[in-house]
Amino acid sequence: MIERMVLQASSYAASVDGLILLITVLVGFWFLMAEGVFFWLIFKFREKPGRKAMYITGEKKSHKKWISIPHGLVLVCDVFIIIGAVKVWYNVKQHLPEPDYEVRVIGQQWAWVFQTPGPDGVLDTDDDIQTVDKLHVETDKTYHFKLESRDVIHSFSVPVFRLKQDAVPGRSITGWFHPTRTGTYDIQCAEICGIGHGVMAGQIVVHDAPEYASWVSDNAAAQ
Amino acid sequence: MAEAAAVGAHEHHHGPQGILKYIWSTDHKIIAMQYLFTGMFMAVIGGFMAYVFRMQLAFPGLPVPGYGVVSPGEYNALVTNHGTIMIFWVAMPVLIAAFGNFLIPLMIGADDMVFPRINRLSYQVFLISAILILVSLFVEGGGFGGAWTAYPPLSSVSDYNLTKLGSSIWLVAVALEFVAFLLGGINFIVTLMNARAPGMKAYDIPVVVWMIVIASILFMLSVGPLIAGAVMLLFDQTLGTGFYDPTRGGDPILWQHLFWFFGHPEVYVVLLPALGITAEIITTFSRKKLFGYKIVIFTAVATGVLSFFVWAHHQFIAGIDPRMANIFTVTTLLISVPIAELCFVYIATLYGGSIRLTTPMLWALAFIGEFLIGGVTGIFLGASGADIYFHDTYFVLAHFHYTFFPIAIIGTFAAFTYWFPKMFGKMMNDTLGKIHFWGTIIPFNFIFIPLFVLGLGGQHRRIYNYQNFPELAEMQPLRVLATGALIVMLVFQFVFFWNMFKSWRSGEKAGKNPWKANTLEWTTDSPPPHGNWPADDMPKVYRGPYEYSVPGRDDDYWPQNIPG
Repeated sequence: MIERMVLQASSYAASVDGLILLITVLVGFWFLMAEGVFFWLIFKFREKPGRKAMYITGEKKSHKKWISIPHGLVLVCDVFIIIGAVKVWYNVKQHLPEPDYEVRVIGQQWAWVFQTPGPDGVLDTDDDIQTVDKLHVETDKTYHFKLESRDVIHSFSVPVFRLKQDAVPGRSITGWFHPTRTGTYDIQCAEICGIGHGVMAGQIVVHDAPEYASWVSDNAAAQ
Repeated sequence: MAEAAAVGAHEHHHGPQGILKYIWSTDHKIIAMQYLFTGMFMAVIGGFMAYVFRMQLAFPGLPVPGYGVVSPGEYNALVTNHGTIMIFWVAMPVLIAAFGNFLIPLMIGADDMVFPRINRLSYQVFLISAILILVSLFVEGGGFGGAWTAYPPLSSVSDYNLTKLGSSIWLVAVALEFVAFLLGGINFIVTLMNARAPGMKAYDIPVVVWMIVIASILFMLSVGPLIAGAVMLLFDQTLGTGFYDPTRGGDPILWQHLFWFFGHPEVYVVLLPALGITAEIITTFSRKKLFGYKIVIFTAVATGVLSFFVWAHHQFIAGIDPRMANIFTVTTLLISVPIAELCFVYIATLYGGSIRLTTPMLWALAFIGEFLIGGVTGIFLGASGADIYFHDTYFVLAHFHYTFFPIAIIGTFAAFTYWFPKMFGKMMNDTLGKIHFWGTIIPFNFIFIPLFVLGLGGQHRRIYNYQNFPELAEMQPLRVLATGALIVMLVFQFVFFWNMFKSWRSGEKAGKNPWKANTLEWTTDSPPPHGNWPADDMPKVYRGPYEYSVPGRDDDYWPQNIPG
């Protein structure tokens, strides 16, 4: 559903979309049922001369089943949705796979600052590359990001990755992503952060391996 | 019948006269009108704000007719105050305070509220808060622009929000509004407990009265932590304390917990009265008993209890312990069960009815039809895994407008058109009412369905110009469509105001019971006199509120006060 509007560019994008599809099918069924019955009843029981309304209390067992059976079925659907949601959540947010690279993402009013490992491939060494508003990564590698903020709460959001995480001042929050598709994509700040919130647009550039290697060596040399 | 109510009634026969009667009255009906018209005035302001920022989104950078060019700071202040005003100064005063004040004494057969002077104080505090929130827009630096959720440090540090004065006044205004509703809520609860007509047992109370009182209890139980949080935030802003400052041992996430611990029950605080209003109207105009009266009451209570355990679904990606999301996903999805049940009950009530599509009935039915959309889209957001994508997108925005618009706007129009004859003694024009209905409902869907699509496309919230985001820029036609529909909807509101004034001045006389309804407010004059009924002829109650079409009776209604 969503993939028609927004590309899937990370390893877990498809699972988030799958969950959304599952929910759409289940709640869509209930929604159409409820609205269908609703409009049918309005039409069928419209006022007609000489027809009196029925007297139904809804307190008898034979009446209550019209509520309690759908009630039980809604609960069953909820259980399926909960299982799906927790599974996706666990894989995206709770479980951190072993990283190939680490990067640091820092939100500030009103720019993204990225610290990427230099030629040694290790973060927090002298050859780190610092960029503003452009994060360069390599495709098919697992990344850990360390998300920080220098002032207010920001939110690091990459729609094509189906990734979103708030950056909270005073904390370093670790998350992960695994790009699967080369290209240049939007990074949003998804939490209001002051008058420049609307221009806090970054980009993530996903390179293939040779391209990424040459980007690292070019920028390491420049520093 | 409590003595207190009798003393209150005695008092206002000697109360102020003339214009003072209206600004210094303790009569619950006058206070209800004060709340109603203040709320409507604030709704006009909130609607104008929506017009300005929707125009900016559709035609970024161009001057908005009637306003001018919108700067980023102004844009933030507009969306922030639109949200704050619509929830705290429109939905709450109109649904709870206005209709609570008007309906509770009339529907339970009392001559006034138990604490009439607390009631008056409640409105006066509310009026001060309303003036303050409007003042906050015009002080140096402009209005507060940190969203209605006011997350610190943006809201607490003036170097970050650049609206030192505006944010403090905003906060004080919100806190005062809470005080007003605490005063009002105490009154509602005590009045229902102590001032019911002789013979009115728990299950003879009309659903709308139950709902307003349950909502008041929810509000009183949830607002305490937020008031504490607001005081800490005010200290952070003005005294330089560090409750939410991580460099000095504070924690910004603390505010989010306090805010949403209140903020989610608040959704049900406004939902329940709207559901109650709908119950009254649907039963009256389908000439049917409410399907499962007790189910409705107990389900509402269950929803209220559950609503205290779902708040962190607003914070899935806020940096809370990720394991916590699993628990809140379970509670959040569970709350869909009682809400679905309430929808089923209302739909089941239609079965076997004799449905008259009057204007109030159209509004009540539209409430159910539209609220269902708001309800089902909430499931996407309560499911943690899906919320990773949807959090802070227009999908969220469209979802809660599909809940709040039916609650605050459709619910209010349903109640207003239904009880207008009682309030003013005149009938509203049904043709104009239906023109207004369709002119509101159709554009409403054309505003928010495009916003759902934008949210699916990844559009995030509170951005004053989407042209800065290449992936989002190309969806501009949807933004223009939503803005166009908003303008159409706003224009149709003039039909409502015209109908209101015209019917008020020269509408057909209503009589005591124009809808042939059962509840007690229809047994007195329209509009009801001071004290509601003659003091020696107060109503007594013999049966439940929804005895329509009882077999063996000629009339298809059976008012609660008729013996036999």
